[in-house]
Amino acid sequence: MPFLRPLAMLLPALASMLASGLIAATAFAADLPALVGALTTGSFGDRETAIGALAASGEQRAAPILEALAAGQLYVRKSDNLVLIGKPDGNQLALSEAISGKSAGSGSEAALDRVRVNNRLRGVIEAAVGSLTLMSPDAKVRREAAEALFKRRDASSLSALDAALAAEKDPRIKRAMSEARAASVLASDAPTSQKLDAIALVRERADRDSLGVLEATAGSATDPEIKTAAAAGASAVRQTLAAWEAAQNVWYGISLGSVLLLAAIGLAITFGTMGVINMAHGEMVMLGAYTTFVVQEIIRTSAPHLFDASLLIALPLAFVVAGGIGILIERGIIRFLYGRPLDTLLATWGLSLVLQQAVRSIFGSSNREVGAPSWMSGAFQVGQINVTYGRLWIVVFSLIVFVALIALLRKTPLGLYMRAVTQNRPMASAMGIRTPRVDALTFGLGSGIAGLAGVALSQIDNVSPNLGQGYIIDSFMVVVFGGVGNLFGTLIGALTLGVVNKFLEPYAGAVLGKILVLVFIILFIQRRPRGLFALKGRSVE
Amino acid sequence: MSSRSTSALLYLSGVTVSFDGFKALNNLSLLVEPGEMRAIIGPNGAGKTTMMDVVTGKTRPDSGEVVFDGRADLTKLDEASIATLGIGRKFQKPTVFENHTVRDNLVLALAGLRKWHSLLLAQPSKAENDRLAEILAIIRMEEQQHMLGARLSHGQKQWLEIGMLLAQDPKLLLVDEPVAGMTDVETETTAQVLREINRTHSVVVVEHDMSFVRALDVKVTVLHEGSMLAEGTLDQVSADQRVVEVYLGR
Amino acid sequence: MITRFLWQGMDRSLRLFVLLVLAIGVALPLLNQLTPPDSAFHVPAWLLQLMGKYLCYALLALAVDLVWGFCGILSLGHGAFFALGGYCMGMYLMRQIGSRGVYGNPLLPDFMVFLNYKELPWFWYGFNHFWFAMAMVVVVPSLLALALGWFAFRSRVTGVYLSIITQAMTFALMLAFFRNDMGLGGNNGMTDFKEILGFSVQADGTRAVLYFASAVALALGLIVSAAVVGSRFGKALTAVRDAESRMRFLGYRVEGYKLFVFVLSAAMAGIAGALYVPQVGIINPSEFSPANSIEAVLWVAVGGRGTLIGPVIGAFIVNFGKTWLTGALPEVWLFALGALFIVVTLLLPKGVVGLWGQLKARSQAKKARAPA
Repeated sequence: MPFLRPLAMLLPALASMLASGLIAATAFAADLPALVGALTTGSFGDRETAIGALAASGEQRAAPILEALAAGQLYVRKSDNLVLIGKPDGNQLALSEAISGKSAGSGSEAALDRVRVNNRLRGVIEAAVGSLTLMSPDAKVRREAAEALFKRRDASSLSALDAALAAEKDPRIKRAMSEARAASVLASDAPTSQKLDAIALVRERADRDSLGVLEATAGSATDPEIKTAAAAGASAVRQTLAAWEAAQNVWYGISLGSVLLLAAIGLAITFGTMGVINMAHGEMVMLGAYTTFVVQEIIRTSAPHLFDASLLIALPLAFVVAGGIGILIERGIIRFLYGRPLDTLLATWGLSLVLQQAVRSIFGSSNREVGAPSWMSGAFQVGQINVTYGRLWIVVFSLIVFVALIALLRKTPLGLYMRAVTQNRPMASAMGIRTPRVDALTFGLGSGIAGLAGVALSQIDNVSPNLGQGYIIDSFMVVVFGGVGNLFGTLIGALTLGVVNKFLEPYAGAVLGKILVLVFIILFIQRRPRGLFALKGRSVE
Repeated sequence: MSSRSTSALLYLSGVTVSFDGFKALNNLSLLVEPGEMRAIIGPNGAGKTTMMDVVTGKTRPDSGEVVFDGRADLTKLDEASIATLGIGRKFQKPTVFENHTVRDNLVLALAGLRKWHSLLLAQPSKAENDRLAEILAIIRMEEQQHMLGARLSHGQKQWLEIGMLLAQDPKLLLVDEPVAGMTDVETETTAQVLREINRTHSVVVVEHDMSFVRALDVKVTVLHEGSMLAEGTLDQVSADQRVVEVYLGR
Repeated sequence: MITRFLWQGMDRSLRLFVLLVLAIGVALPLLNQLTPPDSAFHVPAWLLQLMGKYLCYALLALAVDLVWGFCGILSLGHGAFFALGGYCMGMYLMRQIGSRGVYGNPLLPDFMVFLNYKELPWFWYGFNHFWFAMAMVVVVPSLLALALGWFAFRSRVTGVYLSIITQAMTFALMLAFFRNDMGLGGNNGMTDFKEILGFSVQADGTRAVLYFASAVALALGLIVSAAVVGSRFGKALTAVRDAESRMRFLGYRVEGYKLFVFVLSAAMAGIAGALYVPQVGIINPSEFSPANSIEAVLWVAVGGRGTLIGPVIGAFIVNFGKTWLTGALPEVWLFALGALFIVVTLLLPKGVVGLWGQLKARSQAKKARAPA
C-alpha cells in the first residue's frame, strides 16, 4: 500500500513528539485550559506539540476537544478568547465551552475564529484521540479505540498502545490492544523478529480486518522472511474466513430451511398423510399473514402497548382462521373429490385464485406493512456469524411447531384417529371412528399450521395477495423430496434444500441457484419417486 | 442345486422380501412343473400376494432366485418383459378396461403386438379376427362384443377376463382368489374353466376357499409367514398338525 | 397407408368439425379482405387477430387433452412447450429485423446491443433461416418433453407427482428466461417484430394468412390426434390411462406409449406457440408462468377431456369469457376463473361436450319412452 511509505518516514518525528509530550504531561497534567489554549495559537508545529501534550495528559475531557478540532468545529470567541465548540444548527452555531462542556448559547461564525488545522495535523489528532480513548475509564470506549487502531495500523500509535497495555486490566481489551499493537508494529520499522511475532498475533485473530493487515504486510514488506510469514498468515486467515463463511451459509440455509419447513409442514399433513393435493395451501399461509396484519392494525389503533405481543396474539387467531377455512374447503369441495387427485388439484387451484382475489378486493393488491416486535429486531454475533433475532425466532418457532405436531400425532386421540384413517379407512370406519370428521379435522389441522406459518412469514416476506404463490411449489418439492407421509423426511428435506440453496447462491446467483435446486429435485424424484425417506409398503398402489 | 438344469417351469429358491423389517416372504422355495396346476393356500399375511408380485415383477426380492422356464431370471425383468415371456396374471377383482368394448379388451390382450410404434399403423389381420371370434365363442360373448367393459355385470367381467387370458395365451397363469364373492354354482363353473385352461397351460391358483381347492383336486402348497409350511394333496396337508394350528389357532 | 391412417380415426361429427374449422379459417380472412369496412359482413382486423389467438389456444388445449384426456398425464407445464415454440419463432422474427432496430446493429438484436453483447450467442445461429426456426419450433419442445418424459415415465412418476414436476419445470424455465444472461431478451422478451418471410407482420394480408395458417394447424392437429387416438395405439393409450398396471401385466411397456404421446403433444403445443407469437407481436417469460399452463388445462376441462372437439370448444368459451370479463369487469375475472375450476371439476367432469351428450341421451330416452 503506497500510503504507508510516507507515513513510515514520518514515524521518527511523531515518536519523538509523543515522547516529549510524555515528559510534558507530568508538567502540565492539571493544566487543561493552558494546553487547550496552546492548541489555538502558534504555528502548526507548536500546535502539534500541544496536541501531543494533550494526548499524553490522559485527560478524558480532551478527547471531544480534539475531535472538534479535527472536524473544524473548534472556535475562539473574538470578544473574550474563550475556546468554544460549535456545532452547525441551522445557519447558526450551537456553542458549548470546550473545557467545561457547558452550553454557551448560539452564535454566528462572524463573532468567532475557527481554529485551523491541516491534513498533517488531522492525522496527529486522530492518533492522539486514539491514545486518549485508550485510557478511557469506559471499557467499551477502550475496546473500540483498540479496534480502531488495529484497522488504522499506524506506527505512531505504538507508544500510546504500550502505555495503555501497561495500565489495562481487562484481558479481552488487553488482547485487542496487543493485536492493535501488532498491527502497528507491522506498519513500523521494528526489527524482523518483532514483526514475525506480530504476524503470528494478527494471524490468530483471523477475521476480515486481520486479513487486510496481513495482505498489506505481505504486499509492502521488503524482508522476504516477513513477506512469506505474512503471506502464509493471510492464506491461513483466508481459510478460517472461508470456514466461517461456510458456517454463515449453513445458518442462512437453516434459516431458509425453517421457512420451507413452516410452509411445507401443513402440506405434509394434507398431502403427505391424507393424500389430498391442496394447491390453495399457499393461500392458507397468506391468510395467516393477513391475520397478523389485521391484529397489528387493531393493536396500533386501540392498544399500542400490546404491540410486542401482537405476534403471540396473532398465532392462535391465524390458526383458527386458516384452519376454519380449511375445514370449510374440505367439507365444501374436497370431500366430493376423494379418489380423484387430479381434479382435486384443479379445484383447489381455482380456490386459490378465488382466495387471492378476495384478499385483493378487501385489502388491496399492494404490500401491507407488518411490523416486527422489539424482541424480533436486532442481531448478534456468534464468532463471525451474524444472527438476526427475527431469523433465530423463526427457526425456533418452526421447530416448536414441528415438535408439537409430532406430539399431537403420537400422543392425542385425534392423532391416533388420523393415523388410523390414513392407514386403513374402511377398518377405522368399521371401528366406529367417524372418518368424515377426522378428514375435516386433519385438513383443518394442516391448513391451520399453514396459517401459523403465515404469521412467521409476515416477518420476512411481503404481505401481499401473492404471498402464498411463492411457496406452493417449494412446499411440494420439500414434501416430495423428504418422502411423502414422513414428517421427519419433511424436516430433513426442508433443511437440506435450504442449505443447498444457500450454498449454490454465491456461485450461481439466487435465481440460477433456485433453478438448479428445482432441476435437482426433478431429477431426484425420477431416481427415487417416493422421496428421501419413503415408506416401503405392500400396497403402495 | 443349479436352477439352470431344472426342468421346472417356475422355480423359486430362497426368496426373501421385507417391508420395513417385516418379512413378507422368508426364504421361500417353490417348484411348478410344466403343465401342472398348483393351489397355494395360507392365512392372511402368509405372503401369497407378495409371491405373485415377485413372480410378475411388481416387487423385487431382497434375495433369492426366481427362474422361469429354466432360463429367464425374473428378478431382473420388469412386468412387461415377464408378461411377454408368457406369464399371465388374473387379479382378485376382475379388472377389464372399462372404457373399451369387449372386443377391444380382447384385442389388447391378444398375444403379439406390444410395441407402441408397431401399434400405430397396425391393422387387424385375418388370423387375429379368427382368433377373436373363437375366443368370443368360448366365453359366449359374441353378442356383447361391442358393449363397453363398464356396462358388464360382475359375472360377465369374469368371463371377459378369462377370455383375455386365453387371448394372451401365457405358458403360466397366476390366478389370485378367483372365486372370492362367488356363489356355489359360479365357483363350480370357475373350477371347470380352470381345469379346462390347465389342459394347455400351467396354472398357479391362490385361494382361501377350501371347497374350491378341493374341487380343483391338485397339489397344494401351504404358505405361512412367508415360508412354505407344507406341500401335498389337500388331504395330506389338512392332516398336517402344523397346518391345523396355523388355520385354527392354538 | 398414411391417408388411411389419418382418415380412419375420424368419425362423422369430427370430420364435420374439422371442415367447420377450415371453413372459418377461410371465411373470416376473406370477409376481412374482400368486404368494404362499412359492410355488415366485414370482419375487422382486431377480430381476426383475436380469433387467431383463440385458434392457437385451441391447438394448445388439444395438445393438453391428448396427454391428459387420453393418457391420464395431467401436465401443468404445457405452457412451457407453447412458450418455447413461441421463442423459436420470436428468435426468427428478431433476426428478420436486421439493422432496422433502434441501435441499427445488422447482426445483434437491440436487447443484446443494450446488454453489451459483442457477438451473437451460438444458439442464435441458424434462426435467420425460416426453415431452421420452424424445425426448432418442433424440435426444441419435443426434446424437452423427451428428456423429461424419458426420466419420469421410466421411473414411474405418475399422477400428481408428475403434475407437480411439470409445474416445477415451467416455473424453473420462467425463472431462467427472466434472466438477462440467457441471451433471450430477459424479462422484456422479444417484440417490435417487423417482417415474416419478407411480409410485414402488421399488414392485414399477413394477419389473414397467419390466421388461416392457425386454422389449418388446428385442423391438422385434430386429424393427427384423431388418427393416433383411433388407432390400436390409441386403444392401448386409453387402457394405460384407465389401468396402467394391468397393461404392464399384459406385456405392454407403457413408458413408450406415454413418451410418444407426450412428445407429440409438446410438438403440437410448440407449433401453437409459434403461430401465436407473430399474431400478438410479443413473447416474454411470463408465458412460462405456471398459471398459464393450468389455465390451458381448464379449457380442456370445460370443453370435455378425452374428446377431441371438447378442448377446442373449451378454449373458445373460456377465452371469450376472459376477453369479455377482463374488459367489462376486471375485478370479477379471477373470481369467475377460480369458480369455473371448482364448478367444472365438481359438477361437470365431462365438460360441455359431455353435458351435451347427457342432454342428448336424456331427450332420446324421453322420446323412446313417449310412444310406450
